[in-house]
Amino acid sequence: MKFLKYLFVGLIFGITLAKAEVISWFRIYEMFRFQSFHMYGVIGSAILIGIILIQFIKRNNVKSLDGEPINIKPKQFSIPRYLIGGIIFGLGWAMTGACPGPMFILLGNGIGVISVVILSAVLGTYVYGLVRNKLPH
Amino acid sequence: MSSLIEWISQPWPWYVAGPIIALVMFFLLYFGNTFGISSNLRTVCSIIGGGKNCEFFDFNWKNQIWNLVFALGLVIGGSVAHEYLSSSSEVNISAETVAELKAYGIENPGNHLVPKSLFTWESLFSIKGFVMLVLGGFLIGFGTRYAGGCTSGHAISGLSDLQLPSLIAVVGFFIGGLAVTYLILPYLLTL
Repeated sequence: MKFLKYLFVGLIFGITLAKAEVISWFRIYEMFRFQSFHMYGVIGSAILIGIILIQFIKRNNVKSLDGEPINIKPKQFSIPRYLIGGIIFGLGWAMTGACPGPMFILLGNGIGVISVVILSAVLGTYVYGLVRNKLPH
Repeated sequence: MSSLIEWISQPWPWYVAGPIIALVMFFLLYFGNTFGISSNLRTVCSIIGGGKNCEFFDFNWKNQIWNLVFALGLVIGGSVAHEYLSSSSEVNISAETVAELKAYGIENPGNHLVPKSLFTWESLFSIKGFVMLVLGGFLIGFGTRYAGGCTSGHAISGLSDLQLPSLIAVVGFFIGGLAVTYLILPYLLTL
């Protein structure tokens, strides 16, 4: 039962991204061609409200559901890791028109072949795990 | 009730979707976790035994079950939106985008969620389909773990927390995305 709330939040997230067309390959193409404000509006307003919510958590020491303090771990600084890793992800994002969230939502939308994209992504993650010690981080 | 469903069935504007995404992030933090979907890919590697010969996958994946349940919610959410909350399959992309993609040989751009001719099983056996779906998926999996996050983990969670590493990652996402869209897709789509 403790997982039910995650299922519910995931459900809301899935419906939202589907209804706002964020899961559409066409919307991602359009975004990278700067031909519409839509995706920038979605991501930009999410970040803006997100900044306000996180500042609210920090300033009021909001506790989690279990009564623990909410700690957001700062990410360790590096340039190559985020830049190179980010570029590699960006290449895949523009090709498939889907980032990891939308992949699962597209599966629910009946786009069966997206399961191949998901399996490929698992394989990509696995290969990263094998070679990560040889990469600049 | 039926008018409510009808109203929800319209495409949602950005100013509805963005704040809901922020609230999803907030609730995952409130539940004591973080918003980051690509971590599930690593969890799957661990579940199928990747930890036996690679320490990166040697962790207690049971602590990540909540995130897999969240991903299951995404699949169900996609299905609910598709079955019950969609009055049409059209995507309201700009006329400019439609014209451009038509010129690249995409049939009826925006009539479906994805380009129909590309997202088929047969297309996997063409160069175009293989590169875009199989290679594309691989790059997503490799890149997200290398960068330590995807759109949810870096662009939304990281930037909302004003973290510089996430800004660097998002700049990277755009360098990669622009390179594909401007330099590779014009050739690949016309193959």
